Amino acid sequence: MTGTTSEGRLVLPPYVREDAPLRTPVGFPDYRSTALRAPLRTPVDLPHRLTEVTGPVLGEDRVQARDADLTLRNGGEAIGQRILVYGRVLDSNGRPVPDALVEVWQANAAGRYRHVVDNWPAPLDPHFDGLGRVVTDGLGRYEFMTIRPGAYPWGNHHNAWRPAHIHFSLFGRAFTQRLVTQMYFPDDPLFGQDPIFNAIPAAARHRAISRYSLERTQDNWALAFEWDIVLRGTDQTPFETDDDGDVA
Amino acid sequence: MTVDPLDVPPDPATPFQPRSGRRGTGFLTEPLRLGTTPSATVGPYLAIGLSWPDGAWAAAEGTEGGIWIRGRVFDGAGDLVPDAMVETWQADPDGGFSSPEDPRGAASYPGFRGYARVQTIDPPGEFGVFTLKPGRVPDGEGGLQAPHVDVSVFARGVLDRVVTRVYFADEAEANAQDAVLRSVPEDRRETLIATPTDDGYRLDIHLQGDRETVFFAV
Repeated sequence: MTGTTSEGRLVLPPYVREDAPLRTPVGFPDYRSTALRAPLRTPVDLPHRLTEVTGPVLGEDRVQARDADLTLRNGGEAIGQRILVYGRVLDSNGRPVPDALVEVWQANAAGRYRHVVDNWPAPLDPHFDGLGRVVTDGLGRYEFMTIRPGAYPWGNHHNAWRPAHIHFSLFGRAFTQRLVTQMYFPDDPLFGQDPIFNAIPAAARHRAISRYSLERTQDNWALAFEWDIVLRGTDQTPFETDDDGDVA
Repeated sequence: MTVDPLDVPPDPATPFQPRSGRRGTGFLTEPLRLGTTPSATVGPYLAIGLSWPDGAWAAAEGTEGGIWIRGRVFDGAGDLVPDAMVETWQADPDGGFSSPEDPRGAASYPGFRGYARVQTIDPPGEFGVFTLKPGRVPDGEGGLQAPHVDVSVFARGVLDRVVTRVYFADEAEANAQDAVLRSVPEDRRETLIATPTDDGYRLDIHLQGDRETVFFAV
């Protein structure tokens, strides 16, 4: 709990908003679908009251152990490069976010999603559905085994190909911390032409890219990629204190 | 990417200068602040990862006093958006939250989760959430907020979630006192106010256009 009550008043520390030059804008002209969908008017500031500093508790009951292994579905093994994806979920104060629901989805090794609107001619894999769910442990750690997703064409511009990525959806403790994002792989040659990646301000793009991890790579089994996710934290501006250390 | 607070890049513009006087304590003098992970669109295939059979039920099916909040999502051309996700979060009828983050203590209301997630797939462009009408919640400054539901909208073509609120047309008195609603230009407030229907309330969401919904920076 981050807030307190004091003589009937609610003291709710606001969640820090990332500096505007480091936030993904809601619309980006090179990503054509944003043209008619990204709101155009300036948003109205919403103070962080009780509805914003609270959030649903969604945990273990939504997740089964097998949800952390995307390589074993429908009674067989998925085709592709086996990878372990792991990391920590932190807030911007550096605190781990334990018991957080992490949902992931991705294309298969050929770059095809198991979805009715994805019909480009790459094969589906009967043993890969592309869905994973995990809950962070007490130290905010998560991990799942999957196969490395392929790149795929998407028609945004001539020869547009999405860099390989895994979609992540996260709940922290508060409505303000909700995050849906995409994890990329290091040194992808497709970054330069991808407007979804390049919509992220240049100074923050590295935060969306995982790191190859030799230390967690499993001998004779799977490569490993590490990706820490940072949700918004609260404003930690120190209070003025008197000599007793009490808040003045 | 790995977050390592010790990974400080060298700055050639300001070479190391030993300082005289009091030595540092070794503790941070400024609060640690890590850069947040940038958001991205949910894309067109969100149904793979984000579909919940019980998503629509912020209140359990059959809960007494349950209401449906229904609406449609439109784009700037006035077309229905058939691949958005709408999430709602709200207080229970007593104004409590089933969240340990509530400094008044986590509330528990029978059959009530307070959170819903639905996609605008079937019928295309439409959503419906079964819930209980929220009670009034303190505004933290001695007053009460009007009953409201916080809403996030995610979609292909939207790179960061957009946030809005649902208020209720039959709460005119409370709405008139609500500080958030009053901060919205008067001629746009109606984009936040759901109208009563046979089984609950209805409010359409316009991502763009003359009737663009009021979205909030949170």
